[in-house]
Amino acid sequence: MLHIVNKSPFQTSTLDTCLRMAQAGNALLLIEDGIYAATAGSAAEARIRQACTKLKVYALQPDMDARGVTGKLIEGVTPVDYAGFVDLTVEHSTSHSWL
Amino acid sequence: MSEQQATPAVGPKVKKFMFVNRKAPYGTIYALESLEVVLITATFDQDVSLVFMDDGVYELVKGQQTKGIGIKNFSPSYRALDGYDVEKLYVDQDSLAQRGLTEKDLLVPVEVLDAQQMGQLMQQQDVILSF
Repeated sequence: MLHIVNKSPFQTSTLDTCLRMAQAGNALLLIEDGIYAATAGSAAEARIRQACTKLKVYALQPDMDARGVTGKLIEGVTPVDYAGFVDLTVEHSTSHSWL
Repeated sequence: MSEQQATPAVGPKVKKFMFVNRKAPYGTIYALESLEVVLITATFDQDVSLVFMDDGVYELVKGQQTKGIGIKNFSPSYRALDGYDVEKLYVDQDSLAQRGLTEKDLLVPVEVLDAQQMGQLMQQQDVILSF
């Protein structure tokens, strides 16, 4: 299944709760303010690196670009464009947009 | 398998709907909106599960008295879910513990699950709606 997180890890516990529930092999897509978790040097970096060992982690490139953090993408996180976002929702039978 | 209830010849397949509730009841409209969508979904004879995690566990706390804030107390509606054949209520164990709550503080019978069990249940759904 695909988990989609759109909240900054510094604003809400959404990312942490998602990571607690996500099962090995699931995919995690970070969008909107959620992409801040995928930036190197942030307090969320260790959690994302840990997540990369059991989940496939993606970040929406246009949201990274818009926020000026494109160069900071954590290694192991795959950038996707909008078409890639659509592909992910098609590949996974269930999606959960965490609010 | 032959015991399994046959789906009607006409009409769509019954889908597994999970409603994930993660917000406290009166600070935002999410909890009430979720409850309304749950009731609508139930009338379409779908397989409905409700999950409460993070601040969503506060939605189920007993003894809510809202007269003072001028907002309708909708918590008794959770007790009515049974009448709509919505009987699958799940609560995240850690979310309860973090808030100093136990099952005894809740106004309806629920099944308390750990994160692993909750994650597995989530994976089995056709549709997940987040509130």
